[in-house]
Amino acid sequence: MDILHFEFMRNALMAGLLASLICGIIGTLVVVNRIVFISGGIAHASYGGVGLAFFLGLPVLPVTTAFTLCAALTMALVTLRARERADTVIGVIWAAGMALGIILLDLTPGYNVDLMSYLFGSILAVPRSDLWIMAGLACVVTGLVLTFYRGFLVMGFDEEFARSRGVPVDMLYFLLISMVGLSVVMIIRVVGLILVIALLTIPPFIAERRTRSLGSMMLLSTLLSGFFSVSGLALSYLADITSGASIIAVASVCFFISFLLPQKQA
Amino acid sequence: MVEHVIEIDGVSLSFGGVPVLENISLAVERGDFLAVLGPNGGGKSTLLKIILGLIKPNEGSVRVLGSSAGEAGGRIGYLPQHTHVSGSFPISVLDAVRMGMIRPGLRRIAGFGGGRDEVDRARRALERVDMLEHERRALAALSGGQMQRVFIARAVVDNPELLLLDEPTASVDSASRNSLFRLLAQLNKEMTVIMVSHDISSLASGVKSVACVNRTLHFHKAPELTGEMFKMGYGGEGEPCCPVELVTHGDVPHRVLGRHQDEDGS
Repeated sequence: MDILHFEFMRNALMAGLLASLICGIIGTLVVVNRIVFISGGIAHASYGGVGLAFFLGLPVLPVTTAFTLCAALTMALVTLRARERADTVIGVIWAAGMALGIILLDLTPGYNVDLMSYLFGSILAVPRSDLWIMAGLACVVTGLVLTFYRGFLVMGFDEEFARSRGVPVDMLYFLLISMVGLSVVMIIRVVGLILVIALLTIPPFIAERRTRSLGSMMLLSTLLSGFFSVSGLALSYLADITSGASIIAVASVCFFISFLLPQKQA
Repeated sequence: MVEHVIEIDGVSLSFGGVPVLENISLAVERGDFLAVLGPNGGGKSTLLKIILGLIKPNEGSVRVLGSSAGEAGGRIGYLPQHTHVSGSFPISVLDAVRMGMIRPGLRRIAGFGGGRDEVDRARRALERVDMLEHERRALAALSGGQMQRVFIARAVVDNPELLLLDEPTASVDSASRNSLFRLLAQLNKEMTVIMVSHDISSLASGVKSVACVNRTLHFHKAPELTGEMFKMGYGGEGEPCCPVELVTHGDVPHRVLGRHQDEDGS
């Protein structure tokens, strides 16, 4: 395993595994609550926060986090208040956030940030400090989901029934959207927003058809994500291709293969 | 004095200027088995959701089990209309029934739910609906009728005082429909039952009173079929049209009941 002699490779591996844990848990909730579109919107709109941070000359992480949470909560509010056209509004915020980011970066003198690195990330250039932030986020997400596991289960299974029993569905929904926003911001800098969406959706989709409970779906999603990240990284090292894209390539191939494999039996 | 579990007074509701319910008043006595009949789009399900507190009316007051609508969640059992459960949500039959024991409030959505006692109660509820042998199966693998019975078990597992059913006979064949009605009549010995249906044949057995809803509400103290109900259910113009074309020899319990006093003979 001479590949692990490089510190950047060890960091990349760690980042991939932490992202897998966060995406396995949050992605499962994203898939069963059918909020893949809003999650995509959050991920893209966060680019506006990146542009804003560079334009104002402020630290990127706090500004992007605040901006993304605002965008995410706006989308959540629209989804709850004006259901019929919620997808349209989300699409608008999605595009507007990205456009804002690009315009603000254009207007920032002397700085030319590479858009590609935010789309596909730069997992091979993850600094150690980012790993600590991701580890902290992984603890927070795991803790919150375990604490309110039952509420998330009932909401994801049958929202109307949950409301009829007096479950605070709106609160859980805002909590979930906020966690999606936080996760997306932390992970985007590392693996890029396209990889975030791939890791949020592909492993839970494969896992859902092969498990009997939400908890085991989260566990299997995490394991699958971890497998995709590790083998994708290995592939990118061996074939000398972009790491983010190679992780997605592995995940996508497995996604299509999964249709050929047996699903759960009655 | 007669105790009312539901007191609706002067309720009106419109969506985007289109009136859905107009000046509805209804008092349901404890122990009643009320069938709410009416055409699709007539506002039956909306009325049920108002009782549950899922929709707020524009005007009027709603009292349920002595509290405002939406505040008695833990004492109400609810069977939503052909539950929009995704065909692949990872859950077992037993766990689906256990969700019926969730209660209002933050503390109740925490953790993973009660232990043995909860499982025993869920098993007893499954036994009542004749589904105990399927407890370990994946919910998604059941037939429509079986799933409906699991959801009834979920609705009654917490021994509610009030059971609300939205189209319980949809997606159920006629043989299991009769056993469903026997089960409801039996449950009615312990709780007040309100059943919404667009199917007049659901007036069959056990029903004690009828409310016809088509924007306005007419209450009938006895489970009689009237020409007006046929007109509402099948949309006949002028002459009441009966969907039963031919009655021949045999034991089919085809009952035709008297005309109402307040109805001018058509």
